Amino acid sequence: MISTAPSPLDAAQLEATALTLRRRLVTTSAEAKIPHLGSCLSCVELLVQLYWQELHIDPANPEDPERDRFLLSKGHGAPILFQVLAERGFFPIERLANFGKPGSVFHEHPPKPGYIPGIEAATGSLGHGLPMALGMALAARIQKQPIRCYALLSDGECNEGSIWEAALLAASQKLHTLTAIIDFNKWQATGRSQEVLALDPLAAKWGTFGWHAQEIDGHDFAAIAQALLAAREESERPSVIVAHTVKGKGISFMEDDNNWHYRTPNPQELAAALAELEPI
Amino acid sequence: MRDAFAREMTALAAQRTDVTLLSGDIGNRMFDRYKEVAPERFLNCGIAEANMMSLAAGMALSGLRPVIYTITPFTTTRCLEQIKVGVAYHQAPVVIVGTGSGLSYAELGPTHHSLEDIAILRTIPGLNVLAPADQTELVVQLREALDSPSPSYIRIGKKGEPKLHRNEARLGIGKANLLYEGADLLIIGVGPILAEAILAAKEVAKEGISVAVASLGSVKPMDEAFLERMADQFTTWISLEEHSITGGVGSAMLEWHAARDASSVRLKRLGVPDVFIHELGNQKYTRSRLGLDAEGLARSIRKEFKG
Repeated sequence: MISTAPSPLDAAQLEATALTLRRRLVTTSAEAKIPHLGSCLSCVELLVQLYWQELHIDPANPEDPERDRFLLSKGHGAPILFQVLAERGFFPIERLANFGKPGSVFHEHPPKPGYIPGIEAATGSLGHGLPMALGMALAARIQKQPIRCYALLSDGECNEGSIWEAALLAASQKLHTLTAIIDFNKWQATGRSQEVLALDPLAAKWGTFGWHAQEIDGHDFAAIAQALLAAREESERPSVIVAHTVKGKGISFMEDDNNWHYRTPNPQELAAALAELEPI
Repeated sequence: MRDAFAREMTALAAQRTDVTLLSGDIGNRMFDRYKEVAPERFLNCGIAEANMMSLAAGMALSGLRPVIYTITPFTTTRCLEQIKVGVAYHQAPVVIVGTGSGLSYAELGPTHHSLEDIAILRTIPGLNVLAPADQTELVVQLREALDSPSPSYIRIGKKGEPKLHRNEARLGIGKANLLYEGADLLIIGVGPILAEAILAAKEVAKEGISVAVASLGSVKPMDEAFLERMADQFTTWISLEEHSITGGVGSAMLEWHAARDASSVRLKRLGVPDVFIHELGNQKYTRSRLGLDAEGLARSIRKEFKG
């Protein structure tokens, strides 16, 4: 069995890591003019907790067959996932100097595996990542491998029928090694997610679909850790963690403002954002 | 063909531990024997093909060799994006088997006709597109697909299709095969409908017209060496498919000839015209209505032969 994080981080280190990632994210997004900043900022804590505390992964051996699988089902969050993978040591951060440049593999969505260490699936078309993670979890059960599979979804992504197809099958298969995490930032591309398609009560919906459903504050590391532990301890049902988040979290003028789904910061906005992301 | 598929899948599941069969809630009783051999490697994914296709991609990326089985429209166009992105872009070696292809389910109406699958799927990079003429060709293609590093789509009929290939030699991915010898004109196509072409060839032989019939078998990759040999031998070709004449095997042949500098071949495409078929009958009736049964094909042969 491969190791988890070499030395799990304490609460202050987790916060510091999230801050570093946010700084790099807004900087590279501004330089490369890559959108979906708001969607990336809402899932920073979720990714930090997963990559530093939860996933059984080894950045030096990213293709170990017994690694846990993490799929960014909300593929438009790739800009923050790239930062996470670099910081976690999957590849040198210098590679991200290419982000958004013509011919680079680092663009708006993750490419297929083999180009960027740590990327498990090409996502970006919504509704694919959870079913793929489900397939990986089913494969692990057939192959008798003790691994867990995770998919991070957006709330808008729960519009896709394939998400609910996967939810039904995972429940009938009692696939307790599968965990879906929903970055519930209450927005999708052009409107409030609740107004576009009535998702609420989202956790209850998953519950009635046969999942072990939890609702947490998606920016609270302790709450995320506790929910992931409870998911790990669940032995019958697949788990969903509905993480209440704020789109654009961490930068006051981006928080809960859906313009930052598509906009990228100009130099003044970048400076203002970075000023808010100074370590305390 | 579907019984041959179930038999071969059972044999393959017994031989290898990575073969996994995913069904879209069809094949009642058909896979009982398979389930005895490999119960843990059979999964009824329900009537949820998009999820089934993506999860197959996930399984294949984890080292299994999943084979998806359901009725052709539902395992092709229903979940096309999952085939394109999850399976083909990832080069996840999934084998997609569409049963009841073409007009096998003619009387079930346009919902169950698959007349566009070849056209659409052959545009997807890295996907083998296979259309066996009979169960012998199917079995060889299935085995090869499970050894291929690439994903494959295999388009099969339903049941009771006649055996057309004499043996397994010269069958497989990227291989075409001559089913019936002739000298004047070539019919080349895919699928069990080639049985009608052989009957037609026998009929027109009485009038002194010598027709060869070939199974292209593998639409992608195509057997270019075979096509070269045929192009040297025949100047009049008829393409035949239980599929739309738009974008299918006939179109692929035209593309091949157009790209080949030396071609002086005249090619007539036979297949289903660009319409939905809603005046329904069984496959035999529908083929006849469309001029795709032996009698109709004989008429087309006479016309092409006279030029």
